[in-house]
Amino acid sequence: MVRVEFLGPIARDTIEIEATTLKEVSEHLKRDDSLVDWLPKCAVAINDIMVSQLDSRLEDGDKITILPPVCGG
Amino acid sequence: MELYDGSLDVKMIFGKWLDEESHSNYGAYIPFVGTIRAEDGIEALSFDIYEPILKRWFDEWQERAASRGAIVKMAHAVGDVPIHTSSYISAVFSPKRRVALELIDEFVEDFKANAPIWKYDIIDGKRVYADDRSTPMSGAGVLS
Repeated sequence: MVRVEFLGPIARDTIEIEATTLKEVSEHLKRDDSLVDWLPKCAVAINDIMVSQLDSRLEDGDKITILPPVCGG
Repeated sequence: MELYDGSLDVKMIFGKWLDEESHSNYGAYIPFVGTIRAEDGIEALSFDIYEPILKRWFDEWQERAASRGAIVKMAHAVGDVPIHTSSYISAVFSPKRRVALELIDEFVEDFKANAPIWKYDIIDGKRVYADDRSTPMSGAGVLS
């Protein structure tokens, strides 16, 4: 199982899903209509390290963080 | 990197940073202050921060600055920040002015684009995500 956390304005509870790659996480999240507008705009981190490859491997217990558009300052 | 609940005490933090580097032999100290402007009927802005990734982002900047003989510092507010007060300050210390002038520009711009911070308008007591002013981070869209 991996944990998926949604930050900032997405305002959703953390979920736990079975996935061995980021691609499987993507497929799972794309089935959720409420996330369809968010996903193209969101960046992703695995265990707090930013990633940009959909084939990134996941280990049991990994934390996937979904980061929507930012505006600090 | 420093995070504070609510508005920043700008004079205190800048003074502290000056004291911290008073004997470091830097010839230039260039501060930046971000202040909440009154516009569109807002009472305040409000901020969420994801600290683990912000810390990594900041540490990478500290390394970049070090490679040019400089250091960067920053402080940001968490939660509500009323208009006419400060939510973000940063500074660069460097041996000579040119590096500091260039770095403060690069650092503040990258901060706006890639620091994991989310902004909300406070209007009539409601917290509304500042969607139109927010920018997707580098690598956004990988899941779509």
